[in-house]
Amino acid sequence: MKSKQQGHARLETMTRNTKQNKQDPGMDGEELTEQETALYDRQIRVWGADAQRRLSKSHILVCGMKGTVAEFCKNIVLAGVGSLTLVDDRVVTDEALFSSNFLIPPDENVYRGKTLAELCCDSLKDFNPMVRVSVEKGDVSGFDGEFFNKYDVVVVSCCSLATKKSVNEKCRKLSKHIAFYTVDCRDSSGEIFVDLRDHIYSKKKLEETVECKLQYPSFEEAISVPWTALPRRVSKLYFAMRVIEKFEAEGRHPGNISIADLPGVLKLKKELCEANSLNESHIPDALLERLVTGTREFPPVCAVIGGILGQEVIKAISGKGDPLKNFFFFDAVDGKGIIEDISISNPNK
Amino acid sequence: MASQNQLSSIKGAKVLMVGAGGIGCELLKTLALSGFQDIHIIDMDTIEVSNLNRQFLFRKSHVGQSKAKVARDAVLKFRPHISITPYHANVKDPEFNVDFFKQFNVVLNGLDNLDARRHVNRLCLAAEVPLVESGTTGFLGQVTVHVKGRTECYECQPKPAPKTYPVCTITSTPSKFVHCIVWAKDLLFTKLFGDKNQENDLNVRSTDATSSSEHVEDVFERRKDEDIEQYGRRIYDHVFGYNIEEALSNEETWKNRNRPKPIYSRDFLHDEIAQQNGNVDKDCAASDPSSVSAMASLGMKNPQDIWCLKENSRVFMEAFKLFFMKREKEIGNLTFDKDDQLAVEFVTAAANIRATSFGIPLHSLFEAKGIAGNIVHAVATTNAIIAGLIVIEAIKVLQNDTNNYRMTYCLEHPTRKMLLMPVEPFEANKSCYVCSESPLTLEINTHRAKLRDFVEKIVKAKLGMYFPLIMHGAALLYEVGDDLDEAMAANYAANLEKGLSELPSPVTSGTTVTVEDLKQELTCNINIKHREEFDEEKEPDGMLLSGWTQASSVEKDDNKPNGNGGSTSNASQAVPVEAEDNVEMDVPSGKKRRLSEISGHDLSSFTDETKNHEKLEVVDDDDDLVMLDGDPGLNKRKRMQ
Repeated sequence: MKSKQQGHARLETMTRNTKQNKQDPGMDGEELTEQETALYDRQIRVWGADAQRRLSKSHILVCGMKGTVAEFCKNIVLAGVGSLTLVDDRVVTDEALFSSNFLIPPDENVYRGKTLAELCCDSLKDFNPMVRVSVEKGDVSGFDGEFFNKYDVVVVSCCSLATKKSVNEKCRKLSKHIAFYTVDCRDSSGEIFVDLRDHIYSKKKLEETVECKLQYPSFEEAISVPWTALPRRVSKLYFAMRVIEKFEAEGRHPGNISIADLPGVLKLKKELCEANSLNESHIPDALLERLVTGTREFPPVCAVIGGILGQEVIKAISGKGDPLKNFFFFDAVDGKGIIEDISISNPNK
Repeated sequence: MASQNQLSSIKGAKVLMVGAGGIGCELLKTLALSGFQDIHIIDMDTIEVSNLNRQFLFRKSHVGQSKAKVARDAVLKFRPHISITPYHANVKDPEFNVDFFKQFNVVLNGLDNLDARRHVNRLCLAAEVPLVESGTTGFLGQVTVHVKGRTECYECQPKPAPKTYPVCTITSTPSKFVHCIVWAKDLLFTKLFGDKNQENDLNVRSTDATSSSEHVEDVFERRKDEDIEQYGRRIYDHVFGYNIEEALSNEETWKNRNRPKPIYSRDFLHDEIAQQNGNVDKDCAASDPSSVSAMASLGMKNPQDIWCLKENSRVFMEAFKLFFMKREKEIGNLTFDKDDQLAVEFVTAAANIRATSFGIPLHSLFEAKGIAGNIVHAVATTNAIIAGLIVIEAIKVLQNDTNNYRMTYCLEHPTRKMLLMPVEPFEANKSCYVCSESPLTLEINTHRAKLRDFVEKIVKAKLGMYFPLIMHGAALLYEVGDDLDEAMAANYAANLEKGLSELPSPVTSGTTVTVEDLKQELTCNINIKHREEFDEEKEPDGMLLSGWTQASSVEKDDNKPNGNGGSTSNASQAVPVEAEDNVEMDVPSGKKRRLSEISGHDLSSFTDETKNHEKLEVVDDDDDLVMLDGDPGLNKRKRMQ
């Protein structure tokens, strides 16, 4: 009991000290404040004070506020990024839209008339007062390069194939290195795509720190790799996600798919397999059926995918540790969380 | 999304969560989102500032409040219609008995210590309730499923003992910074500010001097009318100067080692510094003792800075003085606490000065605090991932989907392209004393060892029983309980002080003692084997328990510095360790599991486990991970039928 009270007393002194520090411009931004050191103590022990400083100066943009992205946002707000900007103009009409999103209170009096981004923003602000959380109105596909230039990390979710490609291209055209991610969950499985362009980072090997460099293809380049050129035993989810992505690209909103579409999806799969000389057994019908039927996210999978994405973004910002290249898949059915390298000239072939 | 079957088993389930910390917060959220409607949650802790970076249900304004209760309120905000029952209590409290456990369909652990995990494991076995167990450290984590009759129990594989160091390494030949920390914390700090009656190996005196009467004085006692500054310098010179000189005189020790150099206060602490530091009184006069800080009164701010020898010496002296000036009442009763700023400052400075002597690199207060407090690295993301995996397993358990149970490892570096690696659960260990109730063997000196030693070192420390009842044949030798009458209590108290062979029903070689814990519904038979001598360094308990593990004292040279007061083993029990420990892999050849790489983290306690594990092959090269060759599914039948 005693030590708890002591802890409390110290917290107050610490807050006072931090305020003094903030008034001193020399201190700000260079060293972590006492408040930051106390709050982030356990994670600084994982990634170091330097990485923590880089995190606190980073700016993140996320688009598409479903459960997985909500999980991701929670993780990086807790980690202490500089700012987080949310984009999702959808107005909440019923609870189905946020069944897996814990950032939205299921009270019509609260959510009525507000956008998903606004509601999430209200909750996230509370998680860590040191992170600036804000909302940007508009459609992500309409933003130009200058807009993205304000950010270090861009994450898009629940958007069309065309949007993924175009946002990725806009980011790649900038001289600044922007880490680009797409993330999606369907039923009990999920996918992350990463483009870090040419990423330089350090990692510990035995006792030494070594510099490493990785070269990433764009989203378009990656998914254009002929299926016959892919390494053997690529995750079946990779193919299944491409089939559904392509099916949805043909005139419907992302995620707006149902069991009635299954025959169409299976037909498209057959065509794609034939065009790519891929044995159809690589994309089991049962898997497609599951992804087509289960349009709602499965919350444990959101937690897993949102957690992995959080770790990857932290690695990218801090420049510490091997980032994944360039797809990650998780399926609760077999429990595997797999990294696939889908690149133009894949040396593993 | 979950199938209809899944949904109905989720909705009808009553689940118990133990722990509302790092994993617990994430777990409660994910359970609620997944549709669970009747969740009970036990946690004895209150919220602290350093929790807030990952325990996202808590805010600064909640510091000091019950984790279980605040977590419930926070989750009800986004899932108002479910039932969450919080218990701000210790899971070991008697109210959480077997009947309590029986009401649940599954128990989910998000615990931070071995003791509580073992306790919950036993209650789950007794109540026949499936257990999903979990743990994280940094980017690593694991989830395991324990279902009686289907998979191994949590205790089927012996768990690593807390890392301990040989006494002589700590007292005479430190080679790592952690040795200096243990010395500063468990020896010096305890000697000066803790229980003076504890045995302590600190006072290194040449043996030939012990007879002379002038040495009867304890150098650590403050002399009559001695000025604090003087007293502090005397201690400084004694432990960093004189003791090192003494050690140097033993030439044999330094034949193959670098000779340490003695350090005296006169070299670093000048009188003018002492004057400067006179601001102590003004600064902290009014504030409460817990906010006393040597760094603050010396104007030092950054806990990440590595102080030079002079700075360490100043902090040492300042902290020493502050203890006597501001916290005198506590002296004699203090135990090291990682949240006690002044204690951390003192220990950091003392460890650094000792490290300087021995040519060991110095460390910042931040780092020293982590080592001294056994602070486990923790991030939100790993906890979130692990919580997701717990829920996935919990749903399988509820559906009785036995063939699909998995233990899953969350890795830092991919193995066979996997960051999340599912492995088939193992069968129960047939010689597990917990779930198979196999007898154990105890080698002990039945003449010299008292019943008390047996109760403390074996029954409590090794078997993890809290309400033991000890029988020899029909004779009841000892029991713990509130309802004992006076005569029985006196009888048991008398038994405790007797040697085993002198008990009313003598325990001698070849006999069997039965130990029961009624609260855990666990019974254990121990075959007694008399042995005359034990190696003090290797078998500090003076006894050796074996059975479900091969000789549990294979703790190699890493034995407990017994009798040095506090000692690392006690300390690490007192400090929550939010870690699970055994990230193991299995190999297709069937019988071997290997320890995976846990890069960047101290593997010491993990490797201890490997040494105890008969199936394990120890891998010293921690850059190596053994992989399954084919589809892991192929090995399935070998492990679980």
